[in-house]
Amino acid sequence: MYAFLARRLLATIPVLLVVAVLVFLMLRLTPGDPAAILAGDAANTEQIAQIRANLGLDRPIVVQFGIWAGNLLAGDLGESFYYKQKVTALIGQRLEPTLSLATLTIVIAVLVSVPLGVIAAWRFGSAFDRGLMAFSVMGFSIPVFVLAYILIWFVSLKLGLLPVQGYQRFAEGIGPWLRHLLLPSITLSVIYVALIARVTRASVLDSLGEDYIRTARAKGLPELRVLVRHALANAAVPIVTVIGIGIALLIGGVVVTESVYAIPGLGRLTVDAVLARDFPTIQGVILFFSFVYVLINLAVDLSYVFLDPRIRY
Amino acid sequence: MSAPNYEALSVEAAAVVRQQTAWERVRASASVRFGAIALAVLIGIAIAAPWLGTVDPALFDAGSRDLLPGKSGEITTLEGETVQHTFLLGSDSFGRDIYSRVIYGTRISLAVGVGAATLSLILGVLLGLTSGYVRWLDGVLMRVMDGVMAIPAILIAIALVAAWRGGLLTVIVAIAVPEIPRVTRLVRALVLTIREEPYVEAAIALGTPTRKIMFSHILPNTAAPLIVQATFNCASAILVEAILSFLGVGLPPDIPTWGNIMAEGRVQFVEYPHNVFFPGIFLALTVLAVNILGDGLRDTLDPKMAKRV
Repeated sequence: MYAFLARRLLATIPVLLVVAVLVFLMLRLTPGDPAAILAGDAANTEQIAQIRANLGLDRPIVVQFGIWAGNLLAGDLGESFYYKQKVTALIGQRLEPTLSLATLTIVIAVLVSVPLGVIAAWRFGSAFDRGLMAFSVMGFSIPVFVLAYILIWFVSLKLGLLPVQGYQRFAEGIGPWLRHLLLPSITLSVIYVALIARVTRASVLDSLGEDYIRTARAKGLPELRVLVRHALANAAVPIVTVIGIGIALLIGGVVVTESVYAIPGLGRLTVDAVLARDFPTIQGVILFFSFVYVLINLAVDLSYVFLDPRIRY
Repeated sequence: MSAPNYEALSVEAAAVVRQQTAWERVRASASVRFGAIALAVLIGIAIAAPWLGTVDPALFDAGSRDLLPGKSGEITTLEGETVQHTFLLGSDSFGRDIYSRVIYGTRISLAVGVGAATLSLILGVLLGLTSGYVRWLDGVLMRVMDGVMAIPAILIAIALVAAWRGGLLTVIVAIAVPEIPRVTRLVRALVLTIREEPYVEAAIALGTPTRKIMFSHILPNTAAPLIVQATFNCASAILVEAILSFLGVGLPPDIPTWGNIMAEGRVQFVEYPHNVFFPGIFLALTVLAVNILGDGLRDTLDPKMAKRV
């Protein structure tokens, strides 16, 4: 178990390294002087020269990467010349709204999609099943921002139930926090529901065909217990896997959703940084998001041990 | 008991003897038909845009600002003439015709969808064949692909567009890049399976050059899953392009794309929600059509993959 843990952690390092190299190269492949680009449009010649010296931009590219990666390992993502502060500090300030939005989205998505998927598999081929599959295709097709505006129009403008946009910090009370986050989370969870419900259905459908289901039913267990304790429990690994993979989708969705609902999180920061061509921030946010994605999937891999006792590493 | 229906039996028997070809299964699929027809209509709209009662999507008239759908107003042509025009879907805050802009937007969306899907397919196939056949490169290539897949697709596209600045080709390339690894992995996995097949072994034994084995023995057998993957890539490319435009980091705002129209419309969303909804409906229906086509193709062309999902 511990040997596996160590091996799996070590296997993550090359992926993170490749991500770092790619993000590093993204800027070097840009036409023009990287120092001038990093400094932003408002910088003067001295500032540009300063950056060039700090990052070793007059030295070979391998040395440049060494300096950059060294800073990265020391927790230094560089400085945003647009926001005039450290990128790590910027990410820290913007973390709470994004974390809140993402967590609430996953909670809503799992609570809705898993029961739907189980019922669809249980009543395979029924109107409910076909309806869910049709919804799933539509969920994949409707763009997050189109859905966002439909919900704003209906829930906030017509019914006046929830705020149109904005964000309230968690510290200012759970009520306002939830009221501001509910609509964005529902918006964002739709594609996730489509994804997880589909996989839950397929996975539960597989386990419903197994002998132990017949045995469980023959024992006279209540159907709900058969479905949850026997069918769903054995179908858990693919479901958790798709939740992990779906984090990439979620991150993409966060960028759009925060923009529509004016939530001052990391997604909004990404878009603002791109519009300002603030490259240290763009690089920092992409690295941050990618590392989170890789680490969550590491956690997912490790969770298999608890979800399926047959898996021994 | 009635006599058995021999005719029905013989039909069943014939069906067992002569299996449907893949092409017949594809043509019989309701999803494929629906998706293909919807897509054909959209392509028709894109080509025939100038003759569908539209005006030049860049034309505007200060007197025709923020008209509601169906209202009539004036529009100034490039020659400076003022003509009467019915704004079917209303006008935006510059006095431009939303209907014309949405119709012309079809061109951009389809071009980006098809362009990005084709580009990711070509590059993915080349990399996948290399990875599956040139074993010493496999490790390095696959690690790079793992790295690309670890970065959320929209972020790669946003960063590349920011680095290269907007333009149709830039946007297509930026959207295609994050789609490459999935194609590469698919091709690599297929190559690794197919190269163990007897007919490939026979070709190797006959001394067929590697390049010929790759392109005329292995590649044709990867076609079905690749077509399916390319269709899904096309749908996601159309979505990503709209997102980039909507966020203001895609094509320049003067180009009528659905994302750009929505980005302009969102400013006055409360008063004029239709400026956001009309392009949104077109976008959602287009992506839906491509996805349904992909589902149908997957179910008929690639039953193994259909079972996995």
